[in-house]
Amino acid sequence: MNDFRDKCAIVGIGETDYCVNSGRNPLALALEAIRNAIEDAGLTVDQIDGIVKSSIDASASDQIIAANLGLSGVTYSSEVTGLGGAACATVAHAAMAVASGFANYVVCYRAFTPFDFIEGAKHNQTTLWARQAGAGEFLRPFGWSAMIDGFAMHCQRHMHEYGTTSRQLGAIAVAARKHAAANPKAIRQEPITIEDHQNSNMISQPLRELDCLISANDGACAVIVTTAERAKDLKQRPAKIMSAAQSLGSNPMATWEMSAFKPTITDSEAKMIAPHLFRKAGLKPEDIDVAQLYDCFTYTQLVLIEDYGFCKKGEGGEFVQDGRIEIGGELPINTHGGHLGEAYIHGFTHIVEGVKQMRGTSTCQVEDAETTLVASAVPGPTSALILGR
Amino acid sequence: MTNTKSKPVPRMSDATKDFWEGCKNDEIRIQKCLDCNTFRFPPQMMCRKCNSVESEWTKVSGEGAIYSFTMPTNQSPGEFPARGFEYPYSIALIELDGTDGVRIASNIVDCELADIRIGLRVKPHFVELTEEIDLPLYRLHETN
Repeated sequence: MNDFRDKCAIVGIGETDYCVNSGRNPLALALEAIRNAIEDAGLTVDQIDGIVKSSIDASASDQIIAANLGLSGVTYSSEVTGLGGAACATVAHAAMAVASGFANYVVCYRAFTPFDFIEGAKHNQTTLWARQAGAGEFLRPFGWSAMIDGFAMHCQRHMHEYGTTSRQLGAIAVAARKHAAANPKAIRQEPITIEDHQNSNMISQPLRELDCLISANDGACAVIVTTAERAKDLKQRPAKIMSAAQSLGSNPMATWEMSAFKPTITDSEAKMIAPHLFRKAGLKPEDIDVAQLYDCFTYTQLVLIEDYGFCKKGEGGEFVQDGRIEIGGELPINTHGGHLGEAYIHGFTHIVEGVKQMRGTSTCQVEDAETTLVASAVPGPTSALILGR
Repeated sequence: MTNTKSKPVPRMSDATKDFWEGCKNDEIRIQKCLDCNTFRFPPQMMCRKCNSVESEWTKVSGEGAIYSFTMPTNQSPGEFPARGFEYPYSIALIELDGTDGVRIASNIVDCELADIRIGLRVKPHFVELTEEIDLPLYRLHETN
């Protein structure tokens, strides 16, 4: 079961600047992030022979990316479905490709612009699979149209079952903004207090404005994956891939929104993959030094904390209080500021930050951090990584 | 409370037309596997329990209890406003009686929004949206 552990590594990371709705071209963003990642790794462009993209990436097809980079030797390419849940899985697929010899250096990337995201969402309502899933028919006519509505529905039930409070969610926002304030790349630079959170506008009850991601931003991230053997000769200290796991969803409901109809909505798909993830790494939750958990909304992070076993189910609200998830706390989470504070690139910024923590270059560096868990979106299809120094 | 005229109109498909036909007849109908009798919603081709493709749309009472709810109160930052709705309004997941936990989404109407709670009993009524579509909306049950 440990055959996969430490066989592959992330050896390059690339980012663009993160801006609010700047109007930049998504293809230009993707290419910039990829070029940065290749340079960061100490590789040349022509050494890239694999491409894995998020299926709803805003930029272009893998073929267009290859054409622009002038890559004629690509031997492996794939797309990972699952919206925000796909991020870590792109790295998992790249690792499988390099471990099996299908490719040597694989780039995973995601460009994001609000326009493409909204267009993509519209498109996804009219494709065959979305029509079969029924979101357009069974949610939209009832005013269930914003992304926040589904998360609010899940969160309300969690509060009912476990007594989770809005103030507890506020502690997650406060931690994210504290970390973002130390990160020059972060869009939201000002720290906030619990009172700021409590006084912020109610959007979809029980979620407030300061429970929400930075949605109208743009930017791109890319990472380069190769074998641990090849990583030895490259420029950066590798972030070893200790484990990776992916799920297409529990009791699959075709799209993340339709997961509101699954039997228990307070359990996320992270609960399904957590045992595999930790077993492959030979680790337990208490062995994780720092975590990068998807946080489109504060509640998303709370449920990931529980479902990866950092606390008991239902105790996430208590866990996040008293600075426990802030830098210097027992388990610092989202040391870049996450989607709540830094930028929203659909789970990819969390991977980049995980690598920085393993290199020792985070703007909120956890001293002597040797392991980090990176988790992509829930509910619905999801994926996760454990990276090691 | 709402301007039903500009609400998004469900686009019926082969998989869902029986649900809407039920609503036109003031009934909630839910898809049921003919081989293992498991209810399912949203509709799909195959029963996830026994993989049978034989199903029928069965009338259920339509009454149930609120499993969860949200109240869109202000437009979500960076997203479009809900078409045909005035903020605030309620969206609820209704767990339907006699279906082993099947839920549908709807709006709770004709009550103070602050009175909506998980677990409250609710009862459907049907409001015409177009000639083909009646939306099932819910009211709090008098017995709560």
